[in-house]
Amino acid sequence: MDKKTKGALIDPLFNNNPIALQVLGICSALAVTTKLETAIVMSIALTLVVALSNTAISLIRNHIPGSIRIIVQLTIIASLVILTDQILRAFVFDIAKQLSVFVGLIITNCIVMGRAEAFAMANGPRLSFIDGIGNGLGYSLVLIIVAFFRELLGAGKLFGVQVLPLVTEDGWYTPNGMMVMSPSAFFLIGVFIWILRTYKPDQMEKE
Amino acid sequence: MLEHYLSLAVKAIFVENMALAFFLGMCSFLAVSKKVETAIGLGAAVTFVLAVCVPLNQLLINGLLKEGALAWISPELATLDLSFLSLLAQIGTIAAVVQVVEMALDRFAPALYNALGVFLPLIAVNCAILGASLFMEQREYNLGEAAVFGLGSGIGWALAIIALAAIREKMRYSNVPPALRGLGITFIVTGLMALGFLAFSGIQL
Repeated sequence: MDKKTKGALIDPLFNNNPIALQVLGICSALAVTTKLETAIVMSIALTLVVALSNTAISLIRNHIPGSIRIIVQLTIIASLVILTDQILRAFVFDIAKQLSVFVGLIITNCIVMGRAEAFAMANGPRLSFIDGIGNGLGYSLVLIIVAFFRELLGAGKLFGVQVLPLVTEDGWYTPNGMMVMSPSAFFLIGVFIWILRTYKPDQMEKE
Repeated sequence: MLEHYLSLAVKAIFVENMALAFFLGMCSFLAVSKKVETAIGLGAAVTFVLAVCVPLNQLLINGLLKEGALAWISPELATLDLSFLSLLAQIGTIAAVVQVVEMALDRFAPALYNALGVFLPLIAVNCAILGASLFMEQREYNLGEAAVFGLGSGIGWALAIIALAAIREKMRYSNVPPALRGLGITFIVTGLMALGFLAFSGIQL
């Protein structure tokens, strides 16, 4: 694997994380993280959509007129999302039900549009595919970390299996109700960014 | 009847706030909340687009895409189910409405048009709008409910972004740890706001 390919795959994890540094795609990132299961399904769906849309857009990048490129990109992305939505409904209906509107919202997920615009329009299909996978993984990383803490602290479970025995079932753990509600997701991402930027001071913002 | 709509509006504005309870429209929510003035402009534009798009999408889904909706053309089409196209149709409506709003503002209110600048076209990819449309579809609102829900979610979103912008303007004078500055502290402040909005949960008129 040459250096450029490796960079496209690894950089989005910590050095150029789409959520923590580029501030993209936060919308859906938070709503599906109450459980690890939904977070992982969402991560896979998004990674596939980014990778495939990057590849498709990169393949036709020299034929898209500049003035209508947004609508062309949106159409490609929307078609891929419809496909993903149908596949999820066919094979994992319960999870698709829990994800509700957030699968559809991948269309307006800024990561997909952002990578199409910033990377796929200027690079070849192979590198664009890798870049899509990399950014999908960067997004997945944050999603899975947040979901891990929310499910563990909020319900004492991981993947739906009881890890910490609850007080109500003669155990010792009192679930933290705030963790299953929206504010905790904001706090967790805020703290994640704080830790990341303490170790990578070049990512700090100047004000 | 009126109470039903009022209750729906209160629910959309406070209890199920688009930004703070469903995390929708977060990208522009975080990016455009540095100044109160621009936050008000964007909030107003988003409210308008939501109030127009949600009822429009309701008509579109029930009039063209739902199973049996095309029966008025010919009885053979009564079994046709086009609902898998609804994502594409809704994003199309939203992009078109945003375009129309942009042209109308440019023609009739150039001052506001200039103030909003690049954020106007970006409304098309604001998740709050597609999100509200999808919620409307999922909950099967009728036309009146869709109009109230669209307007209410818009007002709620605008309220949240204006409040956050006001907090961030004040925060400039406080001593935040360097690694937390900017995005990090904004997330935590938003979390605290969401916690505040939780107080509205359970309210019903």
